[in-house]
Amino acid sequence: MTDTQPTTRPRPDTRTQPTQRTCPFSPPEGYRTLREEAPITPVTFPDGTDGWLVSRHADVRTVLADQRFGANRRPARTDAFAPTGTPVPPPPPGMFIMMDGPEHTRIRRLLTGQFTVRRMRQLAPAVERIVAEHLDAMASAEQPVDLLRDFALPIPSLVICELLGVPYADRADFQRNSGNMLRLDASQEQVQQAHLAMNQHIHELVQAKRAHPTDDILSGLVQDGRLSDEEMAGVGALLLLAGHETTANMIALGTMCLLHHPDQLAALRADASLWDNAVEELLRYLTIIQFGLRRVVREDLELDGHRIEAGTTVLASLTSGNRDADQFTGDPDQLDVQRPYSPHLAFGHGAHQCIGQQLARVEMKAALSALFDRFPSLRLAVPAKEVPMRDDMLIYGVHALPVTW
Amino acid sequence: MKVIIDEDKCVGAGQCVLAADQVFDQREDDGIVVLLDALPPEEQHSAVEDAAARCPALAIEVLK
Ligand code: SF4
Repeated sequence: MTDTQPTTRPRPDTRTQPTQRTCPFSPPEGYRTLREEAPITPVTFPDGTDGWLVSRHADVRTVLADQRFGANRRPARTDAFAPTGTPVPPPPPGMFIMMDGPEHTRIRRLLTGQFTVRRMRQLAPAVERIVAEHLDAMASAEQPVDLLRDFALPIPSLVICELLGVPYADRADFQRNSGNMLRLDASQEQVQQAHLAMNQHIHELVQAKRAHPTDDILSGLVQDGRLSDEEMAGVGALLLLAGHETTANMIALGTMCLLHHPDQLAALRADASLWDNAVEELLRYLTIIQFGLRRVVREDLELDGHRIEAGTTVLASLTSGNRDADQFTGDPDQLDVQRPYSPHLAFGHGAHQCIGQQLARVEMKAALSALFDRFPSLRLAVPAKEVPMRDDMLIYGVHALPVTW
Repeated sequence: MKVIIDEDKCVGAGQCVLAADQVFDQREDDGIVVLLDALPPEEQHSAVEDAAARCPALAIEVLK
């Protein structure tokens, strides 16, 4: 489309994005209509400002890869999701997911070497050992077991603590804090407090590593010396947070989803070499980053004929893009562990694409394949509709997953 | 087929290595892409195209 559409559209919808799910494994139905009828749709944010929601795979990729759409929200005069008129604060030190350009690159490059495909593959045996230990513990526990609490959460938690050099004994603290940071119903104060507590905690750790460096990422950053203590605390808190709930929910929700699709599980049982592909398909199908990623336009631009002014907030929906029939062969609304690979958006796209994605892949494959091997008769201990879903959290998944075998 | 990479664009996500580990690797210290074979043989072509499509940073260019 080359002609510019005049912005004389009807008043934008006050609902910023669809939220009503009809299936626990699928995004809200509303996205289908949006993709077909208004792939770049005007929305009004909670603070009353107007912006856009992007729902097609190709457009989501454009928004996330084009440097003119910034992850730093500062070009916006006010914070779209805060009460009207709230100014946008600068990104906290080390919070590189909210930075752009050289600032973002400077911090990210200090970390990428720690998360390469090769390093993560080297880590696989250690992850498999952790998985096996938890399966043993599950086997001797009283049934039903909460798979989230006893399996899906401790695995990524142990692994990221190990990698970062955070004592696992402190996990209760930061699990509570990270939970509070991700709750949608938490007040600004609660989020801020959780944030502060987490930062404080890592700050103390950074001091400890300075005195006694060991072989972990935090010690490496301390010795490298290019980040300030505040930045290291921010980076540490971010990795800890990101390394937790995301993978834990993919493991738990992935388990529930496979139990719901016995034909797919049978295919995996018949051919274990399908697991790598199955992990990609689960990532695509479930896309647990359930709300659109936020970008703020840095300069006036045109997107598919829509004029967008600098400072405007745009949401890019990963969950919608991952069900776009123009992108995926076959029926994208079906889980198909044999689907030929096509670039999915589960880890985002562009300069900010998830730095821990190779770790997530290793963890998901190790956890899911060993779980179904060990408990061939695994099943939900409650009816599926009684499983408490995380509709209310930034990261979708389950609050608990009672299972038996 | 000729492969060109742009190190400055690369964000070290490793998608290329997953897609075609005969052609791409990542540097040990900063995770940036390393091109192992700029003129990959025929049987690698579809994997290389897959890698270029996956790369989140558009850091891989394929000339035919
Ligand atoms: S996929 Fe792209 S960004 Fe990722 S390591 Fe390869 S070249 Fe770099």
